[in-house]
Amino acid sequence: MSDALKKTVQEAFNEPGCATNRAKSAEARKKGCAKPLTPGAAAGGCAFDGAMITLQPIVDVAHLVHAPLACGGNSWDNRGSASSGSMLYKTGFTTDLTELDIVMGKGEAKLYAAIREIVETHAPPAVFVYATCVTAMIGDDIAAVCKAATEAFGTPAIPVDVPGYAGSKNLGCKLAGEMMYRHVIGTVEPERMTDCDINIIGDYNLNGELWQIKPLLDRLGIRIIGSLSADARYRQVAVMHRARVTMLVCSHALIGLARKMEDSWGIPFFEGSFYGISDTSEALRTMCRMLVERGAAEDLMDRCEALIAEEEAKARAALAPYRPRVEGRRVLLYTGGHKSWSVVSALQELGIEVVGTSVRKATETDKARVIRIMGDETHMYENMAPKDMYATLKAAKADILMSGARSQFVALKARTPWIDVNQEKHEPYAGYMGMVDLVRAIDRSVNNPVWEDVRRPAPWDGPGDAPRPATGLRPAAAPEDPAPGPVNDPKDFEDC
Amino acid sequence: MARLTRPRRALSTNPLKSSAPLGAAMAYLGIEGAVPLFHGAQGCTAFAMVHMVRHFKEAIPLQTTAMNEVSTILGGAEQIEEAIANIRKRAHPRFIGIASTALTETRGEDVPGELREVLARRRDFGDLKVVYASTPDFEGAMEDGWAAAVTAIVEALVPETDPQQRNTDSRQVNVLPSACVTPAEIEEIDRLIRAFGLTPIFLPDLSTALDGHLAEDWSGRSLGGTRLDDIPAMARSAATFAIGESMQGAARLLGARGGMPVQVFPSLTGLRAVDGFVRALMALAGTADAPPAIRRDRARLQDAMLDAHFQTGGLRYAIAADPDLAYALSSALAGMGAEAVAVVTTSGTNPIVELIPAEEAVLGDLGDLEAGARKAGAGLLIAHAHGRHAAQALGLPLLRAGFPINDRLGAQDICRVGYRGTRAFLFEVANAVLSHPHDAARPEDFGAAPIEPEFEHDRPQTAPH
Ligand code: SF4
Repeated sequence: MSDALKKTVQEAFNEPGCATNRAKSAEARKKGCAKPLTPGAAAGGCAFDGAMITLQPIVDVAHLVHAPLACGGNSWDNRGSASSGSMLYKTGFTTDLTELDIVMGKGEAKLYAAIREIVETHAPPAVFVYATCVTAMIGDDIAAVCKAATEAFGTPAIPVDVPGYAGSKNLGCKLAGEMMYRHVIGTVEPERMTDCDINIIGDYNLNGELWQIKPLLDRLGIRIIGSLSADARYRQVAVMHRARVTMLVCSHALIGLARKMEDSWGIPFFEGSFYGISDTSEALRTMCRMLVERGAAEDLMDRCEALIAEEEAKARAALAPYRPRVEGRRVLLYTGGHKSWSVVSALQELGIEVVGTSVRKATETDKARVIRIMGDETHMYENMAPKDMYATLKAAKADILMSGARSQFVALKARTPWIDVNQEKHEPYAGYMGMVDLVRAIDRSVNNPVWEDVRRPAPWDGPGDAPRPATGLRPAAAPEDPAPGPVNDPKDFEDC
Repeated sequence: MARLTRPRRALSTNPLKSSAPLGAAMAYLGIEGAVPLFHGAQGCTAFAMVHMVRHFKEAIPLQTTAMNEVSTILGGAEQIEEAIANIRKRAHPRFIGIASTALTETRGEDVPGELREVLARRRDFGDLKVVYASTPDFEGAMEDGWAAAVTAIVEALVPETDPQQRNTDSRQVNVLPSACVTPAEIEEIDRLIRAFGLTPIFLPDLSTALDGHLAEDWSGRSLGGTRLDDIPAMARSAATFAIGESMQGAARLLGARGGMPVQVFPSLTGLRAVDGFVRALMALAGTADAPPAIRRDRARLQDAMLDAHFQTGGLRYAIAADPDLAYALSSALAGMGAEAVAVVTTSGTNPIVELIPAEEAVLGDLGDLEAGARKAGAGLLIAHAHGRHAAQALGLPLLRAGFPINDRLGAQDICRVGYRGTRAFLFEVANAVLSHPHDAARPEDFGAAPIEPEFEHDRPQTAPH
């Protein structure tokens, strides 16, 4: 690891905004919070992956991966963050380094040429250049190449110096925020400012989740001036320093960025969630209160309460028909970060029993919230190996697993309904209406007759199921039917 | 459970059903060395032939008695005799299956009686088998004509056996597939049955006749099918299985002829339905076990069900098909959490309609399908190829099922029965849903205002997608 990178990582871990960190001794703090990865038991993504997750939703930027094919090629076009405008972010750009490039040390030259090609063909507002393990190891100085390219082509080329081996996905998210802080935020002044301008950090508009929230903000006259990086334009990142308040949606990885923005530009931030009805209301309330504190019109608070009352009533009415269909179902939740608690409270509102939740990637604050909601910590899980999860599902008699796609097959092989609540999912579940969608998804899944069918014993595994109600269509034992033979026992055909 | 409704109206918009004589002709084509013969006017025959040619992409040796104005008035016995003589000369068939049409039925001839006389008189016809089924166009649909033809074959060619003298072959089983069973499906059912050490005789057997194989010479008759010698031998089978409720009558008749038990499987699509069939095979074969290939197919189907249930769960779809097919597909989909919000079918004679998992089944046309799907907000259509107009009008994906499928190749290869076929079917449905372009959310869907123009990059941009 280069010294510069080492320093960056070190800094990232010295995070006064993080409660966990504050509780540590100076010595422990230096070691950072990323636990060393265990060979043979590591499953998550790399730091490059995390940086990509965080920044790729900036839709009009060309995201160029400086690497041999795999890093960019294998991760291309598999995330569901949606764009309402440019589709450039969906294009997979990579320098596709060959062995020859590496041996001959042609990486930097190739990168420079690649940036030029992108600028000439696509004219994006910026090119983000991602370092990866190989290019970092051979010592390509992407910062220098970016600087030269920016000067030569007039389009900012932003180095995202986060090679995969630097650490975990989570660290990558952190470092991506750091890169934005160093190279992008504050580089552009907005044309106009209002006293209701906010930043949203840590939301990625998966399947359009931001759009479930935006109408609420629109109605309150709150403008998302800066976004990292749901449905974001490059300029929305560049003007983030002019927001009045920052909402931090994913409470963990990007807290450092939020805190730095508070220090540098005096923008206060709060952590909130748009999962679940009461969390959504809570987030809106906090947002409005803080905006008023920073000079927005007093009546914002009243308008906010009116909106909340109206929307909650609407959502509760929409949910009512589902309650009897999902009430009493037992859910095992395996997700991470703020979702550990925000989804729990959302489900409990509907009489769904949460038999356990994971607290991976969750902060101490997150964990405290889980304990407050669930009563104690007996049902909190850290990382769970698939085998343990399979066992827990069975032991807890869970009816549903809600998790990311990786655990999908643990549930399915245990013949248990599964709901995707992570980044690859296909439905947005944010805000009031998103909660209705989530419950609809749960209903659709747990009440699908397919479960009964796949649990049915095979014909060669013992007796068939209870006879189906007679159809009245089977030929009645016709008088001309012959004496009993092997197939003449009507019970043989009960289930046809 | 569906209530059958018959809209009262004069007009049918975009007809759904194919005629009963066509169904009969198709069944006859599943007999070795056969030439089907329409007793009617030339045009009906030509239309039916072109219809089948476009579906199977094969030459279809369908013939006509070419009734004209005079013969229609005077009676068609002579036309039939002449037609048989001519066909014999040109194609040397071993079997001729006659289907009546609306024209001859309206006139009301005693064709069976006349035919008996003709055959008694014409010793020169030799061992040519001639079978007649009454299939007026104005009654029932394709599956009714098919069933009538099979019943006629059993009636004419399977001898009555004395239960006392019965010489049963305990490993032989008769299978009467209904009109919706494709050549590839016959093959799959055949594989299932043989896996248990049993030998099936299919009547008819399209798997060797219309499976789309390149023949060695030009015959002018069907290219394969149930061997004529096997038909009388069906009397000796240990059991008769019918696939599709429309075959109940034919199966009962065959059971009575051979004094054997009869079992009707309304469908072989869906885990539960196939389990039932496998159970029957196990009982017949006297085994409590299944071969590894079958076990594996079942396990793979279960996995496929779980993979596909994300798309089928809550799926609202509209289906239009003959009753047997509509029941088979909709009952399998009901087990996957999909809801048939509009069902249109073709024949009121098949009691299975009542068991279609929907509130209502309309005895109607593709116009009803379109209207029903629109009203109920369906997300997928299942119908034969002509359903594409409705699909286009509604902007929905169309899963092609039934007859005709004339705008795609390989209709004969569609297999939706058995564990394997069900698996393929579920993937088809899920993929049709996945490929539907309208599922990507837009900000407008949620009522969100657009991003302010000041943040948009002002230079031209390529939008590759
Ligand atoms: S670990 Fe390194 S080489 Fe592997 S994908 Fe991440 S960046 Fe690329």
